[in-house]
Amino acid sequence: MSPHQSTSGSTGTTSVSGSVSTGPQDMVERALAAARSDDCIVIADETSAANLRWAGNTLTTNGVSRSRQLTVIAISRRTAGTSVGVVSRAGVRDDQVEDVVREAEQAAADGSPVEDAQPLLGPDDDAARKISPVARWDDPVASTEIGVFSGFAADLGGAFQAAQAGERKLYGYAEHSLNCTFLGTSTGLRLRHDQPTGKVELNAKSADLARSAWAGCGTRDFTDVDVASLDAALQQRLGWARRKIDLPPGRYETLLPPGAVADLLVYMYWSAGAKDALDGRSVFSKPGGGTRVGELLSGLPLTLYSDPALPGLACSPFVTAHASRRDASVFDNGLGLQHTDWIRDGELAALIQTRHTAGLSGLPVTPGIDNLALAGPPDSAASLEDLVGRTERGLLLTTLWYIREVDPQTLLLTGLTRDGIYLVENGEVSGAVNNFRFNESPVGMLGRVAEVGATVPTLPREWGDYFTRCAMPPVRVEGFNMSSVSQAS
Amino acid sequence: MEPSTDAGTRPGGGEPGTGHPIDPEFASMPLREFAAAALQRARELGAEHADFRAERIRGQEIGLSDGHLETLMDADELGLAVRVVLDGTWGFAAAVDLSPQAAVRAAEEAIDVARVAAAMNTERIELAPEPGYGDVSWVSAYEQDPFGVSVADKLALLSDWSGRLMASPVIDHVDASLVQVRECKFYADGATTALQQRVRLHPVLTAVAVEPSGRFETMRTLAPPAGRGYEYLTGTGWDFDAELARLPDLLAEKLAAPAVEAGRYDLVIAPSNLWLVIHESIGHATELDRVLGYEAAYAGTSFATLDKLGSLQYGSPVMRVTGDRTVPHGLSTVGYDDEGVAAQSWDLISGGVLSGYQLDRRIAQLTGFGRSNGCAFADSPGHMPIQRMANVSLQPAEDGPGTEELIAGVTSGIYIEGDKSWSIDMQRYNFQFTGQRFYKITNGRLDGQLRDVAYQATTTDFWNSMEAVGGPQTYVLGGAFNCGKGQPGQVAPVSHGCPTALMRGVRVLNTAEEGA
Repeated sequence: MSPHQSTSGSTGTTSVSGSVSTGPQDMVERALAAARSDDCIVIADETSAANLRWAGNTLTTNGVSRSRQLTVIAISRRTAGTSVGVVSRAGVRDDQVEDVVREAEQAAADGSPVEDAQPLLGPDDDAARKISPVARWDDPVASTEIGVFSGFAADLGGAFQAAQAGERKLYGYAEHSLNCTFLGTSTGLRLRHDQPTGKVELNAKSADLARSAWAGCGTRDFTDVDVASLDAALQQRLGWARRKIDLPPGRYETLLPPGAVADLLVYMYWSAGAKDALDGRSVFSKPGGGTRVGELLSGLPLTLYSDPALPGLACSPFVTAHASRRDASVFDNGLGLQHTDWIRDGELAALIQTRHTAGLSGLPVTPGIDNLALAGPPDSAASLEDLVGRTERGLLLTTLWYIREVDPQTLLLTGLTRDGIYLVENGEVSGAVNNFRFNESPVGMLGRVAEVGATVPTLPREWGDYFTRCAMPPVRVEGFNMSSVSQAS
Repeated sequence: MEPSTDAGTRPGGGEPGTGHPIDPEFASMPLREFAAAALQRARELGAEHADFRAERIRGQEIGLSDGHLETLMDADELGLAVRVVLDGTWGFAAAVDLSPQAAVRAAEEAIDVARVAAAMNTERIELAPEPGYGDVSWVSAYEQDPFGVSVADKLALLSDWSGRLMASPVIDHVDASLVQVRECKFYADGATTALQQRVRLHPVLTAVAVEPSGRFETMRTLAPPAGRGYEYLTGTGWDFDAELARLPDLLAEKLAAPAVEAGRYDLVIAPSNLWLVIHESIGHATELDRVLGYEAAYAGTSFATLDKLGSLQYGSPVMRVTGDRTVPHGLSTVGYDDEGVAAQSWDLISGGVLSGYQLDRRIAQLTGFGRSNGCAFADSPGHMPIQRMANVSLQPAEDGPGTEELIAGVTSGIYIEGDKSWSIDMQRYNFQFTGQRFYKITNGRLDGQLRDVAYQATTTDFWNSMEAVGGPQTYVLGGAFNCGKGQPGQVAPVSHGCPTALMRGVRVLNTAEEGA
């Protein structure tokens, strides 16, 4: 537990009616004890969060918040089929727990049969026994607080002063959250995961707002955030932008920094559901039926993978599904997660699977995991600066923005370059280029990756609200499609 | 004092309440007691401003895949929040325990946050004045609370709709979804105490056709999300039976359609597509907090800067765009915003010229507008209110043409229905949109569907190319549940009304060529 986390595990709080809200562990047990359905899954989420936001060298908004959510998944196994009811409520008091259970059971009774029905996992199932949770079930519940920023805030205040003196303006955002998830099932599973998540985004602009640069990083506790280093990188990029170069739309050799690679590949990962592929409605569908698993996507031996134990980017080692969706099933709650290669040596190796879709596809069960990493060939050690040094003429991006799907058939995405796009000539940055709208498919792009650098932790800017844990290399892509010029600066 | 459950005082607008009681479970809580405790504690600790919010937001999401239930989830969010200004700095804290003690704790925590934040604050926070309205309540207009309808009935309806589409040999898969929200808010700042309730829902059906070659196309219903009750699904405000009956043939035609040839075309754009262009290129561009740079690192800024107010030729002279929080069934419609400001209606663009912005109290004071036009909104009790979008709508021409007349004025062009993909840059210049259906126009008549169409433009070029807007008979209120803004990220529902419109010479892309 960091110095800025506090605990409130066993104390409980007194609510409006005088009834006590006990800890989430007790709430899970209480709900399971009240359950009358054939099977029941209970998830308690305790989340605390703190944030700071600034613009024009001054703080704008801030806040701390706590939330507590109880989700009851009632499962009714009938002759006509298995039905499921899910009720999720915030701020539930002890005297309301049974109400939530009954509502879920009523929803299950009202519901029609579902297709993803499976037996629930128990503590003796292999798929659950292999899990090594980081937190113990009975440990007190930790929370974050505004003090997590104390060192960072002081450094940021210094950066504001330096920016003011240097005729720069700083904009940005920092947040830290701690989500403690407690999962219990009527089959005896008790699993807990504590997930700290943090990020900082720093944007610097020249006083006339004509030049802009961005840097960001993910963090678990803000002790590793180096404001001075981020600010120095921004100053260098603002310096590069003193020379403006107008370029027309077209296909360019382009260097993508790790964050931009992450934004494109995270979207591809989200689009890699087996259900859609099997239904013939995704870029990973095989014409005539089936999936493209086994197909070569890149001539380079790229490996895209997730691993709950990825150093520095660790995430939940088991499935937590509050509701069934196309790529997730409540019946898989508690299923252990392991290292999964989605692309191995350039070949599509796996799609996001539930036990249900795995049964349909005949492929292994590979549920989604909350981190993503790309690795090039084993000798990929180059930094982004090394790639710049080896570039005769090409574009260097900072970030991509407003990425949206244009065509699911090819996974064509559109979006904009943002906060710094530069022309590289003869191994050096020669100036800042106008922004572009791009139209590119990350799947098609994998086939045009010409060079891969060393994999480093990075923050996907566009998707950072939902997905922060990434490690990506910088890459060189041939013929990146810059479709039109954007006047935005 | 017991909460009022009638329409109450509505000095600034907002549609009449429809006699529905505000969620009794929420309204019967001692919310005024919580507020009094929090506001008193904040004052004791030196706050020059404090406001208190409590919210209960019920949501239900139903999803069917090929007629089979896939997702059924009920959510119920409850919490309180205290926002203070201490020595010119914001402080905000939220809690999930609804009790006087929790309210006091949140007030103390908000003060603590303001103290920590003060070291980084160089711009004093001051709020534009707003009259006090006393103890008021407001309920949006709807006939049937969707949370009063059984899940079984909803499933039966969605299953029936799915079945009608699945019966077509053209259609391989059908997704059906229904999202429903009932949002209750209690606000108090010492001068105004407002208790409000809104209901909204969004039903969507998507049909998918897959060819043996592997090529697939999708088409979904154009019914917009609406600030209505369950009656929306049973014939009030939208004819689902008629739309579902047409969908298979429309999808079959799309599957067989020729690819568009990239180039410049005259576009006749239906409201089901144009609302999203309005949202992105006008709605966000006229948010004054964004214009001033408060979203610069995230959602972006705007080309429509304050120095251009009254002079920027945003569009052609036929263009009048309003902001409002008052239109019946609007997703952004309220009685009072989350800073106690009464709902209003105003012009953003008049005769094609930029004439107004969307404001909250802080930004109104900072920029000398004098009074907020009521655009503060927080999407949950855990989030601080920020300036969010009003219903931003393009007004029709009185006695203006119908859609067929607009099409008749085009020799070679494209008629567009339904929204799909959207993207715009961080200053709201360059955008790209696709749609659900694209029809070739030849000599004033529709000439079959086209596929692989996207259009790109720069905002002011696009709106200045608008030769004509349709009449009121073409006007439709579209919108979205999920407009994103702010950090921490917040989503807001918002409506956009517009008539059909005619644009000349817009760049059209072939998306297959773009991705080749």
